[in-house]
Amino acid sequence: MRDIAIVSSAQLPSVREMGPSDESELVQPVVTKALEAAGLTMDDIGFVCSGSSDYLVGRPFSFVAAIDGLKCWPPIQESHVEMDGAWALYEAWVRLLHGDIDTALVFAFGKGSLGPIPDVMNIQNDPFYVQPLGLDSISSAALQAQALIAAKKATERDFAEVAVRSRRNAMSNPNAQIKGEFDPKAIMKNEPYIASPLRKSYCPPLSDGAVAVVLAAGDKARSLVKRPAFIRGIDHRIEPASLGARDLTVSVSTKLAAEKVGVSTGKVDVAELHAPFAHQEIILREALGLGDDVVVNPSGGAISANPIMAAGLIRFAEAAQRIHDGSASRAVAHATSGACLQHNMVAVLEGE
Amino acid sequence: MSERCAVIGIGQTKHSESRKDVSLAGLLREAAFRALADAGLESFQDIDAVVIGTAPDMFEGVMMPELFLADALGAVGKPIMRVHTAGSVGGSTAIVASSLIQTGIHERVLTLAFEKQSESNAMWALSPAIPFQPQLVAGAGGYFAPLIRAYIRRHDAHPDTGCVVAVKDREHGLLNPYAHLHLKQTLEEVKAAPVLWDPIRYSETCPSSDGAVAMVLASEKAAQGIKNPAWVRGTSVRTESTFRAHRDQINPQAGKDCAKHVYAQAGITNPYEEIDVAEIYVPFSWFEPMWLENLGFAEEGQGWRLTMDGKTRLGAEMPINPSGGVMCTNPIGASGMLRFAEAALQVRGMAGAHQVDGAKTALGHAYGGGSQFFAMWVVSSEKP
Repeated sequence: MRDIAIVSSAQLPSVREMGPSDESELVQPVVTKALEAAGLTMDDIGFVCSGSSDYLVGRPFSFVAAIDGLKCWPPIQESHVEMDGAWALYEAWVRLLHGDIDTALVFAFGKGSLGPIPDVMNIQNDPFYVQPLGLDSISSAALQAQALIAAKKATERDFAEVAVRSRRNAMSNPNAQIKGEFDPKAIMKNEPYIASPLRKSYCPPLSDGAVAVVLAAGDKARSLVKRPAFIRGIDHRIEPASLGARDLTVSVSTKLAAEKVGVSTGKVDVAELHAPFAHQEIILREALGLGDDVVVNPSGGAISANPIMAAGLIRFAEAAQRIHDGSASRAVAHATSGACLQHNMVAVLEGE
Repeated sequence: MSERCAVIGIGQTKHSESRKDVSLAGLLREAAFRALADAGLESFQDIDAVVIGTAPDMFEGVMMPELFLADALGAVGKPIMRVHTAGSVGGSTAIVASSLIQTGIHERVLTLAFEKQSESNAMWALSPAIPFQPQLVAGAGGYFAPLIRAYIRRHDAHPDTGCVVAVKDREHGLLNPYAHLHLKQTLEEVKAAPVLWDPIRYSETCPSSDGAVAMVLASEKAAQGIKNPAWVRGTSVRTESTFRAHRDQINPQAGKDCAKHVYAQAGITNPYEEIDVAEIYVPFSWFEPMWLENLGFAEEGQGWRLTMDGKTRLGAEMPINPSGGVMCTNPIGASGMLRFAEAALQVRGMAGAHQVDGAKTALGHAYGGGSQFFAMWVVSSEKP
């Protein structure tokens, strides 16, 4: 298979509410910055793919407006997935394997400020049996966290420590939204439960944000930047939607994808895991077989900045960044979709 | 592109205004099982990955429906993707699926496209108040009518052209047991229908349909032993800006570029001579002559003459939409893949009463948005 690498990326700093900016205004700055970082213009790009969701904006065809944030003249080869941008990256990776083009632009955007996100996410559920129950995204995550506690695989203190460590890491990330030194004991003492056993600190913030990533193949990648992050393997797997049909304390789809891409065949220096809720990092670490020596979410993770539909692709951008800057040789990027880690993507990135 | 890709299984639902007898998942499974059976597969077990496509989630009220549908489509433990490129989505989805075969990632991919329009009102779902933008409240017909008026004016087209297409496509639809509309209409009846958006009459518009279509795509190895597979000879997508000032929406550059790209891959230099049948996306009848020009079947300004001369009828020189096309069946997200699948059925010789005799090479075409998104493939009975 052809070597494909992430060569550059750019993000908008995640904020709680960006104000009256539309799709193209979210996309244009990150696309421009990511292309500049790779020394490219839109005319050099062979394929464009994006990820977003209409339901965040409350309108159909939200992505149509986004493409006016880039130069589409002469007409471009372009596609879109109504999924997290990580799956747009996957589609672009597949497209580059054809060999007739050498570069691709991937972007994703999400504005959590436009609606009541936990309730909106209920619309992902089975429309007959679950949606009418009003199972919002925090409640379903709470069921998973409770299952973890009941199985004695984690304690609430573990959740608090994941959150505190992530937000400490976020202090060095200019794009993170929630950052600082927090005290696990104080969180457990002072914060009320939103949905037991979840307190606010174990949940992701509501975020507006966007990200763009540039991919290039083989020698093209090597000619553009000093240290491309080569995608050595990328795979994704899904599980049933019904929470009752799964053991929520494990992530079999992550484990399967990790086996397919060979996560365990070498030392992992750093992992960027898409764990919007603190307890999900614990489940993902186990599924990926990551030891205590692996640096997890140096960016602060999705619990520190969570622009929905972009947060998975941001993990790829962040993991690649550690390869670009030489601080890691081998990195794992992970993205998730659906309630309680239903659908998971795993990739191994390496420098040369 | 290293591996060959074949269409080895095709299935579609009976399309109708409201498939109240099935859920969204049931609708998809109806198409999926027909495609699996056609491919000689007993279950989802031999499928490596699933790629689905549909128009906006709001048409059914399920956000990111691949999550809800994963179980029903046998995708558990497998990769599943959901593509959304407006009206061209059915085509784009099939192209993503074919890429997974052509690049050697998978051996057999199930791809499906669907819409259950009866769950909502698409006309109004297409005309919402968009944050930070003025509200258009036009629906698709209101958007496209001025383009049709401009086409007629620019090329002095015969005013009956749209009605002639409607009569022809509905006649074709009578030959397709899966078509939503089975209407026998005279030209006089079509002309007598009320005008919805000048010059588009009610009789010159597509219906709102519930329906799904599925295909099993396979590598050359996995296609061994399959009777008459359709070989993918070329695929292409093109997008142009929505708001570029000098866009020609009557004959869009993106459509021309997409056709040129797909013909080059298939070794086609004269589409009128070398393509035996085309299934093209005609949601309003006047788009037949417009796309005939955009796709290079006619010189610019001459598309309506082909239609008026009867050249696009089944049995004529350049049959267009022998299935009855979008004018008879429009489950929006599925409409593009239905064009791709009908093209494949033709070159497999399996189109039944609407079969074009001896069809070897066929074009499947889809477009979307305000004519800024295009997806096409060329399939052939002969290996590339």
